[in-house]
Amino acid sequence: MKPFAYLRPATVSEAVRAGAGHPGSRFLGGGTNLVDLMKLGVETPGLLIDVSRLPLDGMTRTDDGGLRIGATVRNSDLAAHPEVRNHWPALSQALLAGASGQLRNTATTGGNLLQRTRCPYFQDVSKPCNKRIPGSGCPAREGTHRDLAVLGHSQDCVATNPSDMAVALAALDATVQLHGPEGVRTVQVTDFHRLPADNPDQDTVIRPGELITEVVLPPPSAGAVSLYRKARDRASYAFALASVAAVLSVRDGRVDRISLAFGGLAHRPWRARVAEDLLRGASTTGDAFARAVDAELAAARPLRDNGFKVDLARRLAIGALVELTTRAAST
Amino acid sequence: MSDSPRALGAPAVRREGRDKVTGTARYAAEHTAPGCLYGWIVPATVPTGRVTAIRTAGALAVPGVHTVLTHDNAPRLKEPDDPILAVLQDDRVPHRGWPVALVLAESLESARAGADAVYVEYATTEHDVVLTGDHPGLYTPKEANGGHPALRERGDAMSAFDAAPVRIDATYTLRGLHNHPMEPHASTARWADGHLTVHDSSQGSTAVRNSLATALGLDRDRITVISEHVGGGFGSKGTPRPQAVLAAMAARHTGHPVQLALPRRYMAAIVGHRAPTLQRVRLGADRDGVLSSVSHEIVTHTSRIKEFVEQAAVPARVMYASPHSRTEHRVAALDVPSPSWMRAPGEASGMYALESAMDELACALGIDPVELRLRNEPRTEPDSGLPFSSRNLTACLSEGARRFGWSDRDPRPAARQEGPRLLGTGVASATYPVLVSKAAASAQAAPDGSYRVGVNATDIGTGARTVLAQIAASVLDTPPDNVTIDIGSSDLPTAPVAGGSSGTASWGSAVHKAATTLVRRLAEHSGPLPPEGIGVTVDTGEETAQEPPYARHAFGAHFAEVAVDSLTGEVRVRRLLGVYAAGRILNSRTARSQFIGGMVMGLGMALTEGSTMDPAFGDFTESDLASYHVPSCADVPDIQAHWLDEDDPHLNPMGSKGIGEIGTVGTAAAIGNAVRHATGARLRELSLTPDKLLPYLP
Amino acid sequence: MAATPGITDAEEAHVPNPVDRSTFTLYVNGTERTLTLDHRTTVLDALREHLGLTGAKKGCDHGQCGACTVLVDGRRANSCLLLAVAQEDAHITTVEGLAEGDRLHPLQRAFLERDALQCGYCTPGQICSAVGMLREAEDGFPSHATPRTALAGEGPAPLGADEIRERMSGNLCRCGAYPRIVDAIEDVAP
Repeated sequence: MKPFAYLRPATVSEAVRAGAGHPGSRFLGGGTNLVDLMKLGVETPGLLIDVSRLPLDGMTRTDDGGLRIGATVRNSDLAAHPEVRNHWPALSQALLAGASGQLRNTATTGGNLLQRTRCPYFQDVSKPCNKRIPGSGCPAREGTHRDLAVLGHSQDCVATNPSDMAVALAALDATVQLHGPEGVRTVQVTDFHRLPADNPDQDTVIRPGELITEVVLPPPSAGAVSLYRKARDRASYAFALASVAAVLSVRDGRVDRISLAFGGLAHRPWRARVAEDLLRGASTTGDAFARAVDAELAAARPLRDNGFKVDLARRLAIGALVELTTRAAST
Repeated sequence: MSDSPRALGAPAVRREGRDKVTGTARYAAEHTAPGCLYGWIVPATVPTGRVTAIRTAGALAVPGVHTVLTHDNAPRLKEPDDPILAVLQDDRVPHRGWPVALVLAESLESARAGADAVYVEYATTEHDVVLTGDHPGLYTPKEANGGHPALRERGDAMSAFDAAPVRIDATYTLRGLHNHPMEPHASTARWADGHLTVHDSSQGSTAVRNSLATALGLDRDRITVISEHVGGGFGSKGTPRPQAVLAAMAARHTGHPVQLALPRRYMAAIVGHRAPTLQRVRLGADRDGVLSSVSHEIVTHTSRIKEFVEQAAVPARVMYASPHSRTEHRVAALDVPSPSWMRAPGEASGMYALESAMDELACALGIDPVELRLRNEPRTEPDSGLPFSSRNLTACLSEGARRFGWSDRDPRPAARQEGPRLLGTGVASATYPVLVSKAAASAQAAPDGSYRVGVNATDIGTGARTVLAQIAASVLDTPPDNVTIDIGSSDLPTAPVAGGSSGTASWGSAVHKAATTLVRRLAEHSGPLPPEGIGVTVDTGEETAQEPPYARHAFGAHFAEVAVDSLTGEVRVRRLLGVYAAGRILNSRTARSQFIGGMVMGLGMALTEGSTMDPAFGDFTESDLASYHVPSCADVPDIQAHWLDEDDPHLNPMGSKGIGEIGTVGTAAAIGNAVRHATGARLRELSLTPDKLLPYLP
Repeated sequence: MAATPGITDAEEAHVPNPVDRSTFTLYVNGTERTLTLDHRTTVLDALREHLGLTGAKKGCDHGQCGACTVLVDGRRANSCLLLAVAQEDAHITTVEGLAEGDRLHPLQRAFLERDALQCGYCTPGQICSAVGMLREAEDGFPSHATPRTALAGEGPAPLGADEIRERMSGNLCRCGAYPRIVDAIEDVAP
């Protein structure tokens, strides 16, 4: 780890100014991923701008019934928040399915969105990785990739996004607010993370100097039920092999509102738009669910050793839709 | 001698427990002295080859960096007794992760930054790291680990197999496994007045002292190695490791105390692993399940610098009666890190295959798997023909079956379901040899009526202090609290490692003999004791010199219930129950913890753990604890460990067999057999993760 | 560093930052400790190498094992991932700060009585984690094991064995003392 300077700005604008003025600086939230990567030599900031004490730790309902979540709200507080548990349970479930109690107490909402891949080659600076060093190559494609992407990957990168929270936020149509040197902008969570294409060093659309200040959940849709389900190698404290977040409402025996997102399959949370389009208005039968999910996963391009993820995602999604249908019927 | 019933077998609370729960117990990296330098190794980043240049200027320019040792400037060692200790002596890179430089700095931060700034150039040679069943480099070694002959044959196993009416021919595949004790290997070394003192995280500081003496060319009495508290080892600290040599070398070179703790990520390459095995088991039996042929053939790897052969076919020489048998090990030397001991080496891997095959035979015959094992109980040890000193496998199976509720079992596969979960139960036998080594111990009586016992035992979590106090107290006929136990220093009477489930037997025999001798001396003494007390020092060289005319093994039975999520293929263990026949249990509290702990490691072997050799880079992909999945608390259900009272006069004065490893031995097979019962899928490759299960689920 | 194509040469110009250390205060086990530390120093290394408090253990140094768990302002955290400078003015409780004089904390006592430890290396982290976990449950924090139907705002979360197992899963124990650890925590849990 290189030595670095440390700054603790008092305001968002001060933080953003500092970030813009120091290329190679990093914002420090909980640090659970950043400090880890600094120890590995993957991140080498010359300046850390500590944003963890900025007044961004609030959660308030919006006028239309949504929820504003400050960027420094800790994952455990977000998961435990009564409004979240009662109205956006998939988000709470996703958070609680990730990491450990200790890490959730430390990790922030903004930081969670900026988690970097756990691809073993990315984490090992003695090996090539296009995400770390563009053009150096991707050994994962031929190497160890059981846990890596089956959807949306490129010749240059087969990494997956490790976040559980982001998958739920993608399904919940959340937005991210960014403060940058050129002002404030809002981005859909589904547009926030990128596919790797030929520049996998960019995980997200965040611009230099931009700081995540809040995440906004739109109001829950009436009559909709939601869940997050994750499959993993260990019963707890393990990243997803595959996961699914789903929101469903049923009207007259047919799917009304539907929102479906996968985790663990791609470089970003994978919003299943193809499946959603097929499901909207469809009957709530296992067959209809299977057809829609299969249509979505037809785009999958598994690597040598990770084809099981397609089957796993399919099972998780169909299982989630069946369960939500049962629940929707009883609400 | 009077074995005080209040001492032996009692559930005494572990002596150092209070220090451990209050955080005052100090481990090897927690003896930082003023002026201490922190070490950080630079691991080789090529699979094999030579170092052609090391540029250290950048590292030396890092503020706080004091010295960088490389093969160019490191002190020369004498030839170490273990090739893995010959670090920084030449330019060769036998495998990725091999230390090529050591940075010493005034802080951990500087040491790490310095290591990042060492620039190494290599000339690489083509590497060969992938074990296959037909690898051209496979050969039959002379011996497997533990001194077992690599090949043993009785009768004509192949012809008997061919002639058998019922045959099982199955190949089981185990990836490498890593010990990953929670405390990474660490040493703090200090030179003062020509004497080297090393706090080392080791399972036996006498062995470390001796290795250091050889490597450094020093008399043994100029070295003290202390392993007071050790944060687990599971075999990986059973042999001296490079951090001790590097810390000692660096401390001598710089004149500063040196602390060197291995980063977790570097451990997979430096501190050993359970070697991967490809195991073919062939069982031939008649229609009643009586075995006529048992063959177990192992293919495994070792490194280029050291031959270590996982003795996985050895338990087949012990377990079941059969007139014809063939057990063989073949090994290929690859450009991989050196494998070594991991909890129950040989037994854990071999019994996974053998006990899975027995289950396959039971299924093929439609015989209950407990019953099948009872029908193949040998009268003498099959391989040697020796009588067993005691063998209570059948009692373990029966008692386990009773406690587990086995008789209610519906043998049909995939027949029990609870919501989306498929339930199944499985059984497997376990065995572990009774090992013992020569040890020395001292015992001293003080005028105030108290006693002090010294033996260089190591407590790696077993509760050695506590049980040795119980042994001494039982002989001295005094409360254990009246006996002070000194362990964990090579200055104490010489003793073997905490390994091979032999620690208590070896150390305890010496302690027992010392206490017995002291009792005799005290009986001869008249009048008050002199102020310095009366002491004796003895060793068990005589007792351990000749092999007894008995086959001596502990046995056990493992029962498992699993739930397989039919949606995701996730396997979770619901119940684990073990029954053991391991001689006399000397401390019921700490023994139970060891049995349970062994079963948890077997659970990890079955469900979560595995190390993948990267063909391109020559390292294990799962190098950290986020990717190498040690079981978490949520993976581990209620576990029960029971034991049978065994009165075996052919063991040692305490009547004990080892208990540290047998809990691991049959667990993975029991879980695998339960998964087969739950799903109908016979998986022959661990670990049982969703990718393996999904193809077999509805 | 390897001379692998595409890997940066670590010998690139090193410009020491003039401000790479700071002086600040931590409150450790109730005692004010003012330290001047390299910014890279974690809370774990500050405790172990600068304050002589080696109770918190370094098992992985990457937030993957929980041996370094301490309480920061009453909440459990992996001290190996906390930069000390960023914790300025925080109240940190380590395993050394749990007992009151000779009187062990109830969890320390329960761990001893249940033999919920073997090598002892994960134990300080387990105990600190359990202290924090019990507080979280008391505050009604849910876990992955909490039934979906348990709505928020119903007071303390009930702690069955499954809840304890899930909530304690951030603390690995290679000796496999988990069943005993769960027993010990159940002894203390309300």
